[in-house]
Formats: sequence, C-alpha cells, structure tokens
Amino acid sequence: MFARFLTLLGTPVVSFFTYVGEVVVLASETFASIVAQKIRWRLFLHQIVEIGLRSQLVVMITGAFTGAVFAAQTFFQFNKLGMGSAVGAVVSVSVCRELGPVLTALMVTGRVGASMSAEIGTMKVTEQIDALRALAVHPIDYLVVPRTLAMMLSMPLLVAECIGIGIAAGYFVAIFLLDVNGTYYVANMVRWTQMRDIIMGLSKAFCFALLIVFISCHKGLTSREGAVGVGKATTEAVVDSSLAVLIFNFFLTMALNVIFPAGYQ
Amino acid sequence: MIAVRGLKKKLAGQEILCGIDLTVAKGETLVIIGRSGGGKSVLLKHLVGLMHPDAGEIWIDGENIIGLSERKLAAIRRKVGILFQGGALFDSMTVEENIAFPLREAGERNPKTIREKVNEMLEVIELEGEQKKMPVNLSGGMKKRVGLARSIIRRPSCILYDEPTAGLDPVVSDSINRLIRRLQERFRVTSIVVTHDMKSAFHIADHIAYLHQGGIYFYGTPQELEISPDPLLQDFLLGRSER
Repeated sequence: MFARFLTLLGTPVVSFFTYVGEVVVLASETFASIVAQKIRWRLFLHQIVEIGLRSQLVVMITGAFTGAVFAAQTFFQFNKLGMGSAVGAVVSVSVCRELGPVLTALMVTGRVGASMSAEIGTMKVTEQIDALRALAVHPIDYLVVPRTLAMMLSMPLLVAECIGIGIAAGYFVAIFLLDVNGTYYVANMVRWTQMRDIIMGLSKAFCFALLIVFISCHKGLTSREGAVGVGKATTEAVVDSSLAVLIFNFFLTMALNVIFPAGYQ
Repeated sequence: MIAVRGLKKKLAGQEILCGIDLTVAKGETLVIIGRSGGGKSVLLKHLVGLMHPDAGEIWIDGENIIGLSERKLAAIRRKVGILFQGGALFDSMTVEENIAFPLREAGERNPKTIREKVNEMLEVIELEGEQKKMPVNLSGGMKKRVGLARSIIRRPSCILYDEPTAGLDPVVSDSINRLIRRLQERFRVTSIVVTHDMKSAFHIADHIAYLHQGGIYFYGTPQELEISPDPLLQDFLLGRSER
C-alpha cells in the first residue's frame, strides 16, 4: 500500500525531472553546436523572418492595447487622488519591467513556439529527421541552432518594440482621450523610467526566448505517434512554454530587482 | 563491407531481433525478406546507426559503429545511403533542393556544379523536368525515386533500400527494380534491400536472407530459395496463409 502510494507520488516527480533534464541537455548540446559547428546563416535569416518579421502585427497589437488599457485603468484610479499626471510613469515602468516582456513572450509562444513544435514534430513522424541523420546532418545543428539564434536576436527586439508601442499608446489615450496634461505626463514618465527598467525588460526577453525555443524544439523532437502525437506535442509546447515564462518571470523579477532596483534613486 | 554479429533488439518488451548474423561483401546485393513486423526495417535502421541495439556489433568498412556518437557516425553515414519507405523527402524543399541537399551540406557552393549533378541524377531516376515540383505534388513512386537520387548523389559505397516497391503499381515497381539494377551496374555499390516483393527480390538479389522470429531462417541465392522444399519458405514465396 505504502509502496504504491510512493510510486503514485514519485512517478510524476521523476517524469518532471527527466523532462527538465532532457531540455537542459538539448540546451547544452545547442550551445556546444553554436561554438563548435558551422552555423547555417541562410536558415538563421529564414528564422529571423519567421520569428521576428512575421510576429510584427501580433506584437504591435499586443503592445498598443495593453498600453492603452493600462493607461486608462491607472488614470481612473489615480485621477480620484489628483494624480492623473503620474499615469505616464506607472505605464512606462510597468510596460518596461513586466507587461512588455511577459505579454510578448506569451504571444510569441502561441505563434512561434507552436509552429516550431509542429514543424519539427511533423519532420520527426515522417522520418525527415531520420533522413537528416542518415545524410550525416545533426538535427540540432540544422533545426535547433538557427531557431535558437533567431529567437535570441528577435525576442529582445520584439519586446523593445512592444514597450515602445505600449508607452506611445498609453500617451495617446491619456493625452487625447482622458485629457491629462501632456507636459507633466512626460516629465513624470522620464523622471521615473530609468535605463535599468529597459535593461531589465530586455534581459527577461532574452531568457524567455531561450525557454520558448528549447521547450518547443524539445517537444517537436520527442513527438511520436503520427498526427495525434504532433498535435499533443504542439499543445504541450505552448502550455509548458507559457507556464515556464510566467514562473520564471517571478524568479527573474526577484533576481533582477537586486541588480536593477525599481524606483527613483 | 558490412558485417552484423549477434545483433539483438527489444522494442516495447518484445524481442524483435534475437542475434542476427549477416555478412554482405563489397558490390553484392543482399535482399532481406520476411513477414510484416518481422524486424526488417529495424535491422536496416541499425545499419546506419538510426537505432541502437541492445547487444551485438555492426562493422562497416572495418569499423564497429556500435557506441559511436551521433557526430562520429556522420563519417560512416557519408559512405552509406538509405532510401526510406516513404522517401522521407524534406517537404519544404523542391525536388531539386532535396537532391542537392547532401551536396550543399558537404560545402558545395558552385550553382553550376550543383545543377549539373542534380540534372545527372534526374536523368538516372528518369524524372527530367520535374525539378521545381514540391514533394506534395509527387506520386509515391516519384517520391521514392527522388529519395533515391538524394541518397546516391554523393556516391555512397553502400545503399540501403527500405521497401522500395511497397505500395507501387507493377509498372512503377518494375521501373524501380530496373533503377536499382542500373545503379548496381553503373556505380558498383553494395546494396541491402528490404522487401516483401518476391518479383523484385528475384530480379535484383545476389543473395536472399529470410528473417523469421528475429533470426535469419534462410540465407542463399535466389535459385537456392526457389528450389528449397522448406514449407515456411514455400508458403512465403507462394503467398499462402494456410496449409
């Protein structure tokens, strides 16, 4: 009875650590490949287009409406205290440190992570990955490295874009729709937003990029059982990447706040 | 050229290969036949290191490939081409790009050289003028021929064929058989062919091995197989399910 209970409890724990171990091994093999093997720049550029360019609309809409709604909600509360002009600072700091990186990461997970997992998963179940191996091409060099490099470059740029558009949308809503004084709005925003807030947001973007790419590629590379397996791998890639982004965001916030403390100093 | 010693493999608790011993000489064509699910494709995948055995050795050109890392296996894989059952073409690439893939990966950058070699391969597989088609627009037989062209463009010394005629009509099957024969004559490659198709087996084989219950039940020439009185072999040759 007790042994059965331990097995019941232990199996998911062992599975979880096995899964984390496999993702870490994939990450280490990818970095080893980046250092020691030739990089396929054509595939890297193709992935830049897929990840960076094709995510533009999604990121712009996410940034614009997040900044706009956040500015409106903050104004509705702050205005009661006569602090309407502080909205700019709140929107700017929040979008730089949290909303920009997290929401961009979640949108990229849905758009890019799912596509990576489905594409690699389909290659796996149709023997295309075996064909790569049989042609003396390592799947990590050919499939994972270009995606990793493209994500490492694209994500910080997408987050920077989301932050910029979010702040601009907040400004537009506050000044033109809610009638906040523009001079005080900008003065407060510039006073309270520091370079460290932007660096923190971009650092998070870089970490989220790695989480998304390794989880999604791992799910694709380990998918099985035909179309059902690919569908399952894709769903799991999106769910696991999203959860990983949200969980890591908390720990990153706590750790990065030591290096880049929040607030005016 | 290729020697297999005591190869064993279990999949999902079931013993698929139980101590296979085989030798294939340079330039020889060995056809492996046997019932569906008998482990023929599993055996073939072991020969290029796509699967790892539970026990045994595989020697290719005097080197035991068991235990080699994926990167060290690359050198062996350059000598051995494999034609997968469904062709395993890269579906994001055209026919031309699929065939040129091994050349580009080997560092060939000259478009003229690549084009010439691809055209030569298209001529060998009798698919001239189809280079711009995507795999989704090809028939099963065409996919297999393109897969074959991709496997042989770098002139491997050995080619493995996994069910090259499965699911094809008799005319296309015959064209594939003739193609395999032509490759043997033109490039003098060592070939291992896994098939159920007895017509194909008799057409291309120097030797035939019958895989049964995880072991080699029969090994001999096509003539020896044809005259064998063994009821199991006769049932297989004549396609009899009951006696």
